[in-house]
Amino acid sequence: MSTDTSKVAASNGTDAAAPAGKPTKAGAAANWADERLGIGGLSKFLSRKIFPDHWSFMLGEIALWSFVVLLVTGTFLTLWFKPSMAEITYQGSYAPLRGIDMSEAMASTLDISFDVRGGLLLRQVHHWAAMLFIASMMIHMMRVFFTGAHRKPREINWVIGATLLLLGTLEGFTGYSLPDDLLSGTGIRAADGFMMAIPIVGTYLSFFLFGGEFPGDDIIPRLFTIHVLLIPAILLALIGAHLILLIYHKHTQWPGPGRTEKNVVGYPMVPNYISKMTGFFFITFGVTALLGAFFSLNPVWKFGPYDPTKVTAGSQPDWYMGWPDGALRIMPGWESHFWGSTWSWNIFFPVIVLPMLAWMVVLMLPFIEAWITGDKREHHLLQRPRNAPTRTATFVALMTFYAGFWAAGGNDIIAIKFDLSINQITYFLRAFVFLGPIVAFMITRRWCISLQRKDNEKLLHGYETGTVIRTPEGAYHEKHLPVHEDEAYAMTVRDRGRVGEEPELKKNGKPTFRAKLRAFYYDHDVDKPTTEELSEAHRHAEHEAHELAAHEGHVVDGHDFDDHRHSAVEEPLSH
Amino acid sequence: MRLLNRSVGRLSRHRRRPLAGAAVLLVALLSTGGAYAALAPASQAEVEKDNAALIAEGKELFMINCSTCHGANGEGITTQNGKLYGPSLIGVGAASVDFQVGTGRMPMAQPGAQVEVKDPSFNQDEIDAMAAYVASLGPGPAVPEPEQYDPETFESEEERDAAVALGGQIFLTNCTACHNFTGAGGAMPRGGEAPSILNTDPKHIYQAMLTGPQSMDTFSDGNISPEEKKAVIAYIETMKEQPDYGGFNNGALGPVTEGIVAWVVGLGVLVAFTVWIAAHTTRTNQTKKGSAK
Repeated sequence: MSTDTSKVAASNGTDAAAPAGKPTKAGAAANWADERLGIGGLSKFLSRKIFPDHWSFMLGEIALWSFVVLLVTGTFLTLWFKPSMAEITYQGSYAPLRGIDMSEAMASTLDISFDVRGGLLLRQVHHWAAMLFIASMMIHMMRVFFTGAHRKPREINWVIGATLLLLGTLEGFTGYSLPDDLLSGTGIRAADGFMMAIPIVGTYLSFFLFGGEFPGDDIIPRLFTIHVLLIPAILLALIGAHLILLIYHKHTQWPGPGRTEKNVVGYPMVPNYISKMTGFFFITFGVTALLGAFFSLNPVWKFGPYDPTKVTAGSQPDWYMGWPDGALRIMPGWESHFWGSTWSWNIFFPVIVLPMLAWMVVLMLPFIEAWITGDKREHHLLQRPRNAPTRTATFVALMTFYAGFWAAGGNDIIAIKFDLSINQITYFLRAFVFLGPIVAFMITRRWCISLQRKDNEKLLHGYETGTVIRTPEGAYHEKHLPVHEDEAYAMTVRDRGRVGEEPELKKNGKPTFRAKLRAFYYDHDVDKPTTEELSEAHRHAEHEAHELAAHEGHVVDGHDFDDHRHSAVEEPLSH
Repeated sequence: MRLLNRSVGRLSRHRRRPLAGAAVLLVALLSTGGAYAALAPASQAEVEKDNAALIAEGKELFMINCSTCHGANGEGITTQNGKLYGPSLIGVGAASVDFQVGTGRMPMAQPGAQVEVKDPSFNQDEIDAMAAYVASLGPGPAVPEPEQYDPETFESEEERDAAVALGGQIFLTNCTACHNFTGAGGAMPRGGEAPSILNTDPKHIYQAMLTGPQSMDTFSDGNISPEEKKAVIAYIETMKEQPDYGGFNNGALGPVTEGIVAWVVGLGVLVAFTVWIAAHTTRTNQTKKGSAK
């Protein structure tokens, strides 16, 4: 094969290589940037990155985009907010508070609400976005855990996510506290009490944070710095790490034909996901903007400025702090005194110990599970919640635990809206937070196991078509058809349980604690059918289908007995 | 105008006649006397007579409707094991009756943690009669006059504005601990409730402060002066009149309902959008079914 090398030779001159034609302006700019930053390779890598498609994979995206909304609207608010506790007399446009002494923080919040154009809207958008930020992180976490996406190699990303949830909550609380209105001041007052309840060091911590006695003049400026600088910076860094790890690990996917542990089947970032993500950003911004426009949130003008002599009914934290508040509400008033120091178990346990403990448990979940199952393999294919009954049931139990405390946080509202006694709600929830999770665990596990049975039934005997066939003998059969191959594949791709595995033994010959836990973890799991079972079932199904085929096609249209009818009119009415 | 001038002129022509003076005097005397008779306060004796009739009427209503629990003379009834069946009404004053019966709390539907608010069973005249009877049992707070409670009776807009600012602070200090920051109501122990005051008549708010119905504190005039009570009512009325600046107020119950809105409306809509976006993927995928013949 001969090649004309003259052209190659001609371009191989001593002059610098340059594109033959004149590049477009965009191309020139991109080239300029690429030569200096090397972004060509990175953008090529990112734009060709494949992501699988499923609605539940976008729940974390709600958190991401509401965080962007928070940054944008929060920046707007800092332009007018004055983080100062200097006392001034309010003279703004909200008449019912005119002439009242308040901190500059409260006065500037009122100014943002009533005197800055669009201020109230952006304040509300900011606050709604914060509520959604944490809520979406939680449902994202649920999705990850229920589908087994926290397993190796993604444990570190789970830890980052759990940390984001904790920091998001703290960020929300500090933001809720800034306006220095009666509600947020009550919240800060409560936080002061919580800190003081920490034995021995509590009062020192409180003095350290408040710069002296509560409330002092330092807390609002300090919370402001924490709220606009410290926590957002950490959040931003952790979100970055979370996303880099997501790209590094590649996204998990649902099993299906052609989808393995070693590939990702989906669409590329450009043009698919870049447009979907941009669109979803605008949708998130739009939804928060509509919420801000139509739903009132934290109407500080109704609370008035903070004053330690005042507290109102219905003083609750925002929803994400609601469950520790609920724990506080239903905790019995236990208190001990040791050598002149008071140990307020009634505050220390529900607000300090319990949330930290719960957070540690959430943080450790992937590690605990891996330790129990002994599974050291990488997992990129997701599991349906039913195929890990014990895991699913554990998380539902944790959610029930959370829900009990959450409800307790609104016990007064529940009491007045449902005409109940607040005392009875408290007694009920005290029992519920312990018994509810156990019941929820058992129900969920049985539910999952039943669904596994149903899947096996479907694989072996096909799905119910709804066509009922009556044989000449008068027996009825519902016609079953085999499930589609793709579906059968997705249903059978899962692992078998650990039946038959030798349990770890202690020196005395008894199974170890871990072995017992592992046995419990896989207990009652229904394994997928074996190949023999499947082929046997298919043979049987074909045989049955053949038999029934003879009767098929005779449609019963309701006129089968038309010839045998006789009119009721001719019937003698009485004897 | 000319017609009026002409008639006045015609009258004026007679003004110097001999009988004119006497005629004017007669007319003046008649009109003054008549007006006095029509408008003058009744004599002391007549007032007492009216009041006695009112008390008698009230007593009759009381015997039929109230005495079962409060006793034939309003002295209260205690059960054998020492429980209060109905409290004594001696000294509770007309204001208590006007509040309890006027808001439909009394006659009580049934004893319990919370006295149910119903449509009033009596008209204002009957309530006045019973109030007069109960007031006659012993000295107690009287039914307030409109200028004591009605925020419409402030002399100027400035005066009202100042009262609203003052009243707001008194309201947030003394009332919201039970009634919630907007007055939407709050829970009390054992099934009790500090009711919503958003639909309560200013007169009844004043009387409630004065008499402390059920588990509410009594805010006597020494605690909260009559002017301050009026200021509180002015604040409550102003809050009711002003629009919800932030939009739908979620029941004005605070962060609990706001959280419900965030989860149900906010997150609900966004999750619905994720499903929608995932369901609308590339065209190649959508045409697959049709083309795979």
